[in-house]
Amino acid sequence: MAIEPAGVSLPDNTPGPVPASEPKSTGPGRNRNVLRSVIDHSVTGLSILATVVVLAPLVAILGYLLFKGFSSLNFAFFTQAPRPVGEAGGGMANAIVGSGIVLAIASAIGIPVGIGAGVYLAEYGRNGVFANFVRFTADVLNGVPSIVMGIAAYSLIVVRQHHFSAMAGGIALAIMMVPTITRTTEEMLATVPGAVREAALGLGIPKWRTTISVALRTASPGIITGCMLAFSRVAGETAPLLFTAFGNQFWSVKLGQPIAALPLQIYIYAVSPYDEWHRLAWAGALVLIVLIMASVTLVRIFAGRGVLKGNS
Amino acid sequence: MGVGIEVKDLNAWYGSPHTLQGITLNIPANRATALIGPSGCGKSTFVRCLNRMHETNPTARATGTVRMGDVDIYADASPVEIRRRIGMVFQRPNPFPTMSIYDNVASGLKLNGYSNKRELDTVVESSLKKAALWDEVKDDLKKKSGASLSGGQQQRLCIARALAVDPEVLLMDEPASALDPVSTSKIEDLIFQLKRQYTIVIVTHNMQQAARVAENTGFFLSGHLIEFDATDKIFTNPGDKRTEDYITGRFG
Repeated sequence: MAIEPAGVSLPDNTPGPVPASEPKSTGPGRNRNVLRSVIDHSVTGLSILATVVVLAPLVAILGYLLFKGFSSLNFAFFTQAPRPVGEAGGGMANAIVGSGIVLAIASAIGIPVGIGAGVYLAEYGRNGVFANFVRFTADVLNGVPSIVMGIAAYSLIVVRQHHFSAMAGGIALAIMMVPTITRTTEEMLATVPGAVREAALGLGIPKWRTTISVALRTASPGIITGCMLAFSRVAGETAPLLFTAFGNQFWSVKLGQPIAALPLQIYIYAVSPYDEWHRLAWAGALVLIVLIMASVTLVRIFAGRGVLKGNS
Repeated sequence: MGVGIEVKDLNAWYGSPHTLQGITLNIPANRATALIGPSGCGKSTFVRCLNRMHETNPTARATGTVRMGDVDIYADASPVEIRRRIGMVFQRPNPFPTMSIYDNVASGLKLNGYSNKRELDTVVESSLKKAALWDEVKDDLKKKSGASLSGGQQQRLCIARALAVDPEVLLMDEPASALDPVSTSKIEDLIFQLKRQYTIVIVTHNMQQAARVAENTGFFLSGHLIEFDATDKIFTNPGDKRTEDYITGRFG
């Protein structure tokens, strides 16, 4: 990594037939230096431009959400369930709690399964036939549209139980989380040098312990990022919840019952004909984004503790 | 205290190549034994067979007997137990990058379920002192990562880490080849201190180093042990023409 900048700056520091800083020098060497500096500046400019292009939509979306949603936020939004049409006030407290429950189920299932499969691929399966099959399946699963996940969870769980449930919603989201987490875990474990594992084995630490306490721990910052990526992706999903968690206008925290979730509530309110509900939908979207950002940040702070950053 | 190792007719393969062919030698207790020879001659494979590290490579296999005291290391114990009794220091310093200096040294005990904090403190301090690193790191034991030390310090940290599990034998596979001359001489001084307590086997490309630290030296060539004798004898009056060619640089 350090090689690239050193290589770029080398000609400037090396005394040669055409010193870069010599103003008197003329001829082709001087032109080359001018050309080089022009190219250097335009590449820098282009990459800054690309960064702005990436950031602009994010800032625009956040700004518009704040503008539209913030004015509708009040204390009741966080404490009350929705009111019937025509009645003013009400909030999305049940949907906030519902989303929390569904995401907790999804994470409790998806993160251990995903990390476990990633460990299998990187440390045990490697390039075996079965491991390649798992890898291929994970990649395909990653590309499956989320509505298909919903239908799968619907036919596997909801149809059999004859009712919608928070559990079914959580499982649908968990299945969506697994492939991302599996592949990130595998890739992050692959970056842990073999010498580090060898050091642990050489101390008489059993292989399973080496995998958990040395390999996984060394790779943990990347794995946590992968988990958070998967988490934020499913936290905003509506489609898989439509016919699993289903939504609920009333308070419910039972895992076996239909449960409200923020994306569902936003969807229902946004497509409704009522201005009051549109207002609440904006507020809901803002709350959803802020909650996702807050949970990701908190996890990063807490999970980052105890892991020292080295130079290598 | 250290304990000797008796090796009888040791053969090893990595996949199909026959890397070690019928090695027999006795490594005496509380001495440093140097193994020299050109690259690829099997000396690293040989030390890895002593603590069964070669088994971590799925294509590797070995036959023959290796006895440490009255333990046959291939028959009487698991590789994990053997590696606790026969510690290893590798060619490139390999501290655990996400662990503090303290945790690096304590890792062998901690990860085997040992958690008495007072005793861990004692072991960490005494191991770092034995590895001549204590004075340089005692102020930021838990603040600094093992990977933030210099190369020579990292290698001494790896030695301290190996000593913390209280082995009887210490295998060193070219421990100074990635280090500068100052760090190298520190490691050599250390070997002098350590062999009072441990049996040391050191693989090295540096013949002066072998002459300086080891009582006995073995010369390996293409998977065979050509000669094994007192270091003085190997370097002044070798019994085999090939040994003489190698140490005088007339080789190949």
